[in-house]
Amino acid sequence: MGDDMDIGGAPSSAVQDFLKETSLYLAPDPEIMNNHGLEPRTAYEDQCIGKEGDPVRLEIVRERILAGVNESYEMLENMGAAPGAKWGDCVSAVYTASGDLSLASSGGVVIFCNLVQYPIKFVNKYWSGDPTVGINEGDVFIVNDARYGQAHNTDQSMMMPVFHEGRIIAWAGATVHEGENGAIEPGGMPSLAEQIWDEGLKMSPFKVAENYKLRRDLVTFLQNSVREPKLQYADMKVKMYVCRRIETRIHEAIAEYGVEAVVAALRMNLEDTDAEVRRRLLEWPDGTTRHAWWTDGTLRENVQIKINLELTKKGDELTFDYRGSSPEFTNRSNNSLDITVKGMLAQLFLTFIWPDIPRNQGVLAPMKFVFDTPSVLKPSFGTPNAQSMMTVFTAWSAGQVCAMKFLYSNPNKYTRVLAPWFNMINTFLFGGLTQHGEMVGNVCADINGMGGGALADRDGEHGCSPIFATMSDIGEQEFIEEEMPFIQIVSKKMMRDNQGFGRQRGGMGYQMVLAMRDSPAFGFMLTAMGAKFPNIPGLFGGYGCPTYPLARVSGVDVFEILKTDPGSFRYSIEELMNDRPFKDAKYSTHPMTLGYTLASRGELYMISQGTGGGFGDPLDRKPEDVIRDLDEDLITHDVAWRVYRVVYDNETLHVDEQATEEAREIMRRERIAKSKPFDAFCKEWVKDKPNGKVPYYGSWDDRSMVHTGSPDTLQPAAQINPPVVMAHPLQVKIDRLEAELAACRKQQG
Amino acid sequence: MKVFITSMLTIDLDSERWECGSCGHDIGNARDNYKKGLLVRDRDPSEIHAPILDAEKYDFTFAPDADWCRILEYCCPNCGHLAEVEYLPPGHPPAHDIDLDIDALKAQWAKREPLSAPVLGPDFVAPPHSH
Repeated sequence: MGDDMDIGGAPSSAVQDFLKETSLYLAPDPEIMNNHGLEPRTAYEDQCIGKEGDPVRLEIVRERILAGVNESYEMLENMGAAPGAKWGDCVSAVYTASGDLSLASSGGVVIFCNLVQYPIKFVNKYWSGDPTVGINEGDVFIVNDARYGQAHNTDQSMMMPVFHEGRIIAWAGATVHEGENGAIEPGGMPSLAEQIWDEGLKMSPFKVAENYKLRRDLVTFLQNSVREPKLQYADMKVKMYVCRRIETRIHEAIAEYGVEAVVAALRMNLEDTDAEVRRRLLEWPDGTTRHAWWTDGTLRENVQIKINLELTKKGDELTFDYRGSSPEFTNRSNNSLDITVKGMLAQLFLTFIWPDIPRNQGVLAPMKFVFDTPSVLKPSFGTPNAQSMMTVFTAWSAGQVCAMKFLYSNPNKYTRVLAPWFNMINTFLFGGLTQHGEMVGNVCADINGMGGGALADRDGEHGCSPIFATMSDIGEQEFIEEEMPFIQIVSKKMMRDNQGFGRQRGGMGYQMVLAMRDSPAFGFMLTAMGAKFPNIPGLFGGYGCPTYPLARVSGVDVFEILKTDPGSFRYSIEELMNDRPFKDAKYSTHPMTLGYTLASRGELYMISQGTGGGFGDPLDRKPEDVIRDLDEDLITHDVAWRVYRVVYDNETLHVDEQATEEAREIMRRERIAKSKPFDAFCKEWVKDKPNGKVPYYGSWDDRSMVHTGSPDTLQPAAQINPPVVMAHPLQVKIDRLEAELAACRKQQG
Repeated sequence: MKVFITSMLTIDLDSERWECGSCGHDIGNARDNYKKGLLVRDRDPSEIHAPILDAEKYDFTFAPDADWCRILEYCCPNCGHLAEVEYLPPGHPPAHDIDLDIDALKAQWAKREPLSAPVLGPDFVAPPHSH
């Protein structure tokens, strides 16, 4: 198990040998990249397991090594120079000699280390026997090109072989979301990337250290390729020493328990996880759940992009079938690699469904994945993917919804059923010169402030954590302001009515009101979907999140206003935009897809983090819970009545229970009166194609056929010809203006 | 024996029927789409997610765009409780979202004790406070 279902047979060994000897370019190897399952048990692993098979002893060894990995993760988080490292957007891990992820640190981002299996396997396959490279004790390899195995190019991983008596017995790895990587825009996640070469560094796996020393010639080359040379060097050192700490702890475990026990523990951890996941899947009902969702843009233009999932569980296997999703966008960065989808789904199971399962790749071994190839979730080799979050997070949420519809009936749960977590990176990226004269480019830790989904018996948690790292931090604003030339004038303040309504409501997102100061050249960018179509739904009658705009106030310096007329300032997006307190300022709203834009001192950039989905019918929400939200200024009186139908005294907030129940019963009767039976409804509602008001990409009613922008362009999935190529937004604007100009001239004669 | 499929939908394995989890109303054949036994209403998304910013002044207001998104509400025809909410582009076919193998479900539950209420799962227990 593990191979993708759409991969053909492997060529014969003679052909493989010929290709190996004559290859001009070692691109990512499909044999490696298409297999998310476990490598076969090696003869040496078999020998070690034969000698050390006691599960209790192996568990002791496993915990011993995990303690070392967790120690290394603490090092990474505390020593890492990248903002992402400081706030938990990193991970460290141990891999088997074959490259399978066996033990990830208890904190950190599972997807990162899940994907490092691929470059390790590449190094094993191509560099171990290559006389110009080789693998020796003290070597360290580095990678950031997602196509060889990373979540996206802004992450960098380093990998160190762990030797014992001349044999590789494991690999140590460390990954950090570094941010800056020399891409066309600062910060490492370029929306403007139209080609893969716009995405910055393209490190295939290569050796960057020998005898535990970084090669300064290579480090200098990498520093010379990015906007933050100090960061590049600092974190390469940090990641190398994190790997070395893991190596030390493994050597200590070998000294205490013997090498056989260590090798057997790492291998059995994978096999035991695979077996336990299969046992748990047997507890789920057999069948299929389906969920489609739509993102509303490429980051360059607003278009409707379908992510289609059919999840089938049969026996002890689970199949994620994403066919019918949108075609790839060949000159946009919102495509996601299939390995990224798989890695994110490992995170779904290891943190949201079975958080007690050891964090390794064995969790995906009983799972199959089906994609249209190419498509937006499995693009061609040359298609950009730097902003994969724009589609992979939607694919992840579709998986979460489908899984929850299997889980609810299962009496043997290992955590609770959860409405969808908020899933989009509603945060600012920044770049430019700081007040200290340094060039920077990175992302705010508010990326980690996504609202949690509601549970069956509990509201979701506000600004809790991102879907990709359940144990992370949103950072101290004052700490950030010491280093960066911008201030969050309103920070971590909940956005009123930004709620996933339900019997239990979603955890809410907070607002961010930023203004730049103290820099001659500094700018912001935003890379988030969801200004027209919400990012997540609710569950079982609960509602999803609203949509999220960028709000701007320009032509003003609020720092001067705060000096001269502080009383005029408003401390919420709602009041600043609706009251318009600054005369002569310009107020505007936009999708959250701002390309890198230089900021003027004191103008306002404002967004809100998102809310998790609600769970159950809002009319079943306890009136006292509604009043508590009202009292905490999380909702308005309008929502308390319009959505929750609670009757209370506006001054004392005392609930009239009887009047509330009567009002709710009237609303239920209104629902019945205004609704239609499903079949009759569908006769009126269902159309045979999109309405044409919005450019549409993906299947409609038949997943084998996909639209490529208009209701009337329908082509077989994965056979799109010509491929989807988007026009430059500025050219679109110029064409429109020229057409208007021509029309005016014609009118004037 | 009843199986709690969602917080608002149960399946009676003996009769092989979907039932409302709130009032017990018969919704339909468990081998078919439960939505066929519910009532549906198409909502303008701004009726639920109302604009937070003044819609007279701004294009983007926190309310979804009705040309892009509609909200379908599915309720029990007897008691009016919401069983499902579906966000779709206008005119897109609704999903057959829960499609279970009823024979396998019956075989699975033949080995299980009947439940009087859904199992929510383990509760969160805060670790002991220590310094």
